[in-house]
Order: sequence, then structure tokens, then C-alpha cells
Amino acid sequence: MIIKNGNVVLKNSVEKKDILIENGKIAKIADEIAVNGDSVIDACGKHVFPGLIDMHVHLRDPGYEYKEDIESGSKAAVKGGFTQICCMPNTNPIMDNKVVVSYVKHKAQEINLCKVHPIGAITQGEKGEQLAQIGEMKKAGAVAISDDGVAVKSARVMRLAMEYASGFGIKCLCHCEDKELVDGGVVNEGLSSTIAGLKGIPRAAEDIIIAREIALAESLDVPVHICHVSTHSGVRLIRDAKKAGVKVTAETCPHYFAVTDEIITNFDTNTKVNPPIREEVDKQAILAGLKDGTLDCIVTDHAPHHINDKNVEYNLAAFGISGIETSFGFAITYLYKTGVLSLPEIAEKMSYAPAQILNLDGGEIKEGGVADLTIADLNESYTVNPAEFASKGKNNPFGGYKLDGVVKYTIVDGEIKYVG
Amino acid sequence: MLKRKDLLGLIDATKEEITEILDTADVMKRHLKAGEKQLPYLKGKTATILFYENSTRTRTSFELAAKYLGATVINIAAGSSSVAKGETLVDTGKTLDAQLNDFLIMRHPMGGAPYLLAKVAKAGVLNAGDGMNEHPTQALLDMLTMREHFGHLDGLKVAIVGDIKHSRVAKSNLFGLNAMGAQVRMYAPETLIPKGIDKLGAKLCKSKEETLEDADVVMGLRIQLERQQAGNFPSLNEYAEFYGVNGKDLKLAKPNAVIMHPGPVNRGVELTGKVIDHEKSRIEEQVFSGIAVRMACLKLLNDYRDSCK
Repeated sequence: MIIKNGNVVLKNSVEKKDILIENGKIAKIADEIAVNGDSVIDACGKHVFPGLIDMHVHLRDPGYEYKEDIESGSKAAVKGGFTQICCMPNTNPIMDNKVVVSYVKHKAQEINLCKVHPIGAITQGEKGEQLAQIGEMKKAGAVAISDDGVAVKSARVMRLAMEYASGFGIKCLCHCEDKELVDGGVVNEGLSSTIAGLKGIPRAAEDIIIAREIALAESLDVPVHICHVSTHSGVRLIRDAKKAGVKVTAETCPHYFAVTDEIITNFDTNTKVNPPIREEVDKQAILAGLKDGTLDCIVTDHAPHHINDKNVEYNLAAFGISGIETSFGFAITYLYKTGVLSLPEIAEKMSYAPAQILNLDGGEIKEGGVADLTIADLNESYTVNPAEFASKGKNNPFGGYKLDGVVKYTIVDGEIKYVG
Repeated sequence: MLKRKDLLGLIDATKEEITEILDTADVMKRHLKAGEKQLPYLKGKTATILFYENSTRTRTSFELAAKYLGATVINIAAGSSSVAKGETLVDTGKTLDAQLNDFLIMRHPMGGAPYLLAKVAKAGVLNAGDGMNEHPTQALLDMLTMREHFGHLDGLKVAIVGDIKHSRVAKSNLFGLNAMGAQVRMYAPETLIPKGIDKLGAKLCKSKEETLEDADVVMGLRIQLERQQAGNFPSLNEYAEFYGVNGKDLKLAKPNAVIMHPGPVNRGVELTGKVIDHEKSRIEEQVFSGIAVRMACLKLLNDYRDSCK
């Protein structure tokens, strides 16, 4: 297969190139590659990105297939331009053992759309007490461990997890939330929570655990990854830690860099997400953190829910946004078109960095590299309509938003998995 | 004319709307004072009172208001209904619609719940208090009571002292009084002041003296005893000393100031017994205003519904 005349997003530049794909690998990148009976994708006027990687999604399978399953989640992923996704372990049963890891991996292979990498639990049952079978899960294909959805309550247990996992060369992905300080809160604590009369969650609930994980990583000299950063103060903690040489990496999500918590005041439960959407000062700090490298990558925290989980009182609604199909459009619209990030920088945040952090194959368009590619038209725009999502989760508060950047092809190991 | 299907809050209420409700409430009060308690305005209409939280005064006030207007009134206590069997609010709303209710009067412990009900129900929804969000008819009855005493609302200095953070009464009063041109001052322990309330037009005071100085209205707020257990302040004794209003404090207010409280009062905590029973107290008048205001709201919403047919 040859991809002709595309604007290819390389590590440090965007260049008009042809790409030859053979045996699932990028065989050649050149100004002009002759067609010798190969199939051709005309990418003229379009951009070719390294296959996007989302290292933080919830596929709900096994156990909550009414919200999402590996098939619907994979379809949503390739529709969103993602060639590789990493799924969190808060399934039922919790993915805290090699059996569930194998189930997810094998089911994803049968579905054969995007690559699905399981993330095992840190502790058994995500209860925060006994370590899960980290070594066995790694052997079965887990690429990291996380108790996402909750923070590991005990600093002692977290310390042991970080140390033990480092021996297997995998990282802890830390959901940072002090539950006691959250105290039943459902939105960010600030003017908007006061206007809506909804209980607020202070930034400190997130920052305290970010600071704890950084302290543990520094003290033990092991790497740590901070999930879905939403606060300006959290960005500062991570920036300072990086400067001091702590091996910390971090991610954020589109809803933290694109909007503020004003959108919660109409009680739309699709705006309810954990951590909560915060204020302008936070949004600006997230943008600055993406720009200066404090925040390494963009993930969706794709959290599909059934309408029954959302069509209830705000306090009772489930936390989470179904975001994997809008993530790329948000990045193009709110980061690239606004001049915050260049295209190589977007490719870094959405492909290269996740691959580096989790030691995955891919993340870069280079000769000899894996032929995972995302081809998109950045001049085409569309209006978000959650009802049309491939995901079972239609819980996305951005219906009606106009986004730039339409995914045209998602190619995994040289095979076309989605055509837009 | 009030053009609303529902009365959910005062956050977006205009001066004209509030004035119309208060003017209509004046008329209702005259009817009631004349002993006219069988008015025809809601004859043939049904109102269901759906309370997910305990209440005596607001529930009975709404019930009497609807009955004085001639409506058929049904009372549902959430604890003894299908709600206790796990029915969602959305399904409850659809069921009540199917029973041809014209009005649903709801109290709910969670902010925004009436917005959800109003979205799914064809019936008009009246918010009788939702979590920490709003309690619009309480603020309207407070404004009615103030307007009767002073003849106007604009320029009044209204001092609200107490648990602002958890108070839907304080918030609805803030929105309503702002719209009417009054100044709202607030004073509370720092743990009980909601973030950003000053950006909504409240003047946050640093002492009880600053709050009460030259005030036209002194309003206490009920402190729920569980707030102390949750650690918002050390003891009721200390709360009363720093945030309770006593007879001496009252001297700081204007000579013709009035004392108000949404009830029920913790005697000796928010207000001393002397203040509650003071000649300036309008606490009982507030209760009477409550019926008149709720009659006015029901009548105006009903007039609009009829005009839409």
C-alpha cells in the first residue's frame, strides 16, 4: 500500500511525502514513490499522523457490557483515529489477575480493529490493601497498573506497588483523589458549584495525592505517571518535580483544556466527570503545561455510560464522559488551530509520548516502524452528535460543538480499520 | 404576565416577574384576611406535592395554598411511595403526568432535581427547595414580608447571618433581592461561606457588627445540627456567641428594622428568645406571607398554562 501526497507529521516537521507500507511496516518514506500495482490512498491535502494512542480508556468489559464492550469500544476508537488504546481495570470482575487480562487481550485480538493493551489493577479488587498479581498480569500482556477510579488510600501500599512494579519495568498510573476531602462533592468547588448549589470538590483533593505520588517516586527513585490532571496547582507540582529530576509523567484530557465548569450550571449530567471540569485559571495552566511539556500526553479517560446512569439527579449520576470519538477534533480545534501546539507536538502528545511511557511499539512515522497511521483532513469540520457515536456511551456534553479535523483513515499494522 | 411553565429558582427572575408575583400575593392576602378561603382560580386543577425531604411548614403551606385556590391536592411522601422501591425521578415524573397532574410541587435533597423533573414532565413544576440550590417561594415570601413593612425593596440593606453555604434560602434571597435593587450582606463562619458568593452580588462582611450596622432587615438562618458534627464549627455555644443575634446586636440595626427567619428556629442559637419574640420580629408574618405567595405563584403559572391552550 502507498499513501500518496500526504502531509506527513514527522517527529519535528510536517513534510509532503509518500509512504510505502509492506508487511505491516513502513518500508519507505520518500518524496515520490512509484506505484507498482500497490493499492493507493490519495492523501493529498490531508495529514498523516502516527497512529493515535489513548493510554486511558474504559471499555467496561467484562461486567458492564451495557455501557460498552470491547467491540463497541474498539469501533469507537478507530473512528476517533486511535490505533492503540489502553483499558483500565475497573471492570467486573476487576482486572487484577492474568485471567481477566488474557480475556481482554484475546477478545480484542478477535475483534481485530485497534490494539488493546490491558492495564492491570494495582491492588486486589482495587481495594487498596493487597497488591494484585502484577508480575503475572505483566506476563499476560498488561502494560501498566492502575487503580483508576480511586486512589490507593494507603501511602504505604502505594509505595510498595511502585517499588514492586518497577522490578517488572511497568509504571503505576495514579488516579489522584483524596476521597475524604471530596466528601461527596460532584463538581469543582467554586463559583459554578455555588450557582448550581452542588457540592464542590476542592483542587486540594487532587493535589494532595499528586504531591504524595511525586514524593514517593522521588524518595524511591522510581517512575510514576499522574492520570487526568485537572488543576493549575497540580500542573505546578508536576512541573517543579520534573525540574527537580523526579521521574514523573502526566496526562490531561480534552475536557480540561477546552472548557470550564460554567457548563455544569445547567445540570447536564454529561458534564459530571472525575476529576471535575475546573475553572479558567486551571484551563490556562493545562494549556501552558501541554505547551511546556509538563503534561506529556493527551488521553480521553473515555468513560462510556448507559443513559440510565446519567438520566437522574446530578448527585446520583455516574462520573464520566464518552470522549474517544471527539478527542482528536478537540486537539485540532483547541490546541492546533489556536496556535498552542504544532502538529508534531500534537502527534507527540497523542502518540509518541504514550508509546514511550508504556513502552509500546509505535508513536512515530519512521522507516522500519510499525504501520499504524491516522489520516485526517484538518480543514474539514463537523458538528458533534453523540447519538451517532460508535460507542455505546452517548454521554458526551459537547453535542452541537463544531470541531475541526475529521479522521479519514485509521490504519493498524498496515491494514485499513476505519474509513471516514 | 409571568410566562413560565415552571418556577424553579430566582436565578433568572426579573424585577417585573417578582413584582407581579408580590402584587398578586398582596391580592391573595386581602382575600385571606377577608376570610375568603374558597377561591376559584385553580378549580378543576390537580396539584401533587412530592416531598423527598421532611418538612412541615412548606408542605402544609403549599397544600393550603393550592386548596384555598380550589385545586385537588395529593400528597406524596417519598418514603412511602414507589420512590422507596427504586423508581427514578424521571419515571415518577412521567407517572404523575399520566395521572393528569397540572402542577408538581417538589422538595428534593439534591440541587437541580426540579430541573430534571421539569424537563420530563408536562405539568408545571414548583421548586419547594432543592438541596443547596434554591427555595424560590421562601425568598418571595421573605420579600413580600419586607415590602409590606417598608413599602419597597430597592435600597434595603438585608443582613443574612448563618449557614450561607448550605442555605437555599440565602441563595434565592440573594438572587431575588439583587433583582429588586436591595443590598444583601452576608456573615457566617468561614467554613459555611460558599466559594464565589461575593461574585453573585453578596457583600461578605468581616464581623457581626459590620453586617448588622444600619441594616433594615436582620435575617437568621437555621443551622442544621449535623453541621456541627461535621466539624464546620466547634460547638453550638461558640456559634451562638459569634454568629447568633441577640438583643444587644439588634441595636446596631436601623430603629425600624425587622427580624426574620425561615424557621424552624433553634432558640438561643441563631437568634435568642428575646429576638425571636421581639416586637420587630416578623417570623409569624412570614408564615402567613408564605401561603399568599404560593397562592400567587400557582395562580400565575396556571394563568400562563391556560393561555397556552
